[in-house]
Amino acid sequence: MNGDQMMRAHSATLPAPEFTNPAWVTPVELAKATVAIVTSAALHASDDEGFTAGDTGYRLIDSNRRDLVLGHWSPNFDHTGVKMDLNVVYPIDRLEELAQRGVIGAVAPRHVSFAGNQPDDVATIRLDTGPAAAAALRQDGVDIVILTPV
Amino acid sequence: MSVLAHVFEAAGIATIVLSSVREMAVKVAPPRALHCEFPLGRPLGRPLDPEFQHDVLARAFALLNETSGPVLADHPEVIEADDQPVSCNLPPRFDPSLPPSVDEARGLRKAYDRALVKRGVTSVGRVMSADEVPNALGMLHAIANGQDWTTAGLPGGNTIAVCHDIRTYYEEAALELVDGPLPGGRAMEDWFFDRTEAGATVLAARAAIRDSGGKFPIWFYMTPGQR
Repeated sequence: MNGDQMMRAHSATLPAPEFTNPAWVTPVELAKATVAIVTSAALHASDDEGFTAGDTGYRLIDSNRRDLVLGHWSPNFDHTGVKMDLNVVYPIDRLEELAQRGVIGAVAPRHVSFAGNQPDDVATIRLDTGPAAAAALRQDGVDIVILTPV
Repeated sequence: MSVLAHVFEAAGIATIVLSSVREMAVKVAPPRALHCEFPLGRPLGRPLDPEFQHDVLARAFALLNETSGPVLADHPEVIEADDQPVSCNLPPRFDPSLPPSVDEARGLRKAYDRALVKRGVTSVGRVMSADEVPNALGMLHAIANGQDWTTAGLPGGNTIAVCHDIRTYYEEAALELVDGPLPGGRAMEDWFFDRTEAGATVLAARAAIRDSGGKFPIWFYMTPGQR
């Protein structure tokens, strides 16, 4: 079993919260939608505050920034793909291209980064920092987010 | 990610998750998920392959056409993590008076600097700069040879952060030295731990801290779990 297979097997056993009556949004037409990225790669702008181990907060990333630091604390995944090409985690250039082609309406002015290694109960991101980040994107007029896990 | 999808959807934003652990996507059941069996750390699958990345995004956005959920679809392609160490030359021994890993780290500095110029940013810097990497390896060498880790003077006193900075320094330098195809998902990790003196030093220091009664989180997270 290789490292990825071990990590997937382990992750599959982790406790998972239940969502009763989950929300469902009927999206606006994609060609008119403002789209943002939400990643759990703990990426942050090079002059922004780094992530601490167990950090339950988030960082906002301006859409024009490409000088992003990988601040994730887990040693259990590949760290080099994102250094060869930011888009393999944070597909910002792909979204810009889709906006230019008219496939999506617009790229959001800001995106959101969390750290993937959260406490098992994920209470803070459910009740505090997650809703705060979503509110920030709503203020920016975001209609759709694509979430990329690390 | 699946948890955050519920949170953002509740705030009025439509969400699509690129799932990396299918069982978790099934359990948490986000509104829309595209499971991507790609190397962990590469949710869009292939670096420097815009066409493939667009294919992933197109399949993800297609889930927005569903009228009810949860929706869980699978990307048809599976990309396995590469288990073969990347092909990458290491500097020759230059100063035999130094521990091998210290000498090696010094020898990689020019490659690291080239990488920094090219990318304009580095992820080295949790607790130390690139200048401090050779000395930190000297400290780990001492720990591997019996020094108490708590008095070794590790930057920040943080074994995990020190190991992140060392590994990052090596990986960023190695990306300038790689021969042949782009490294796959685990190829650089395998190179670091199986081929370099630094990787051997980290593993030896980790074992020494464990064997001397160091607390589990102090040593375990110095390397990937399977090591």
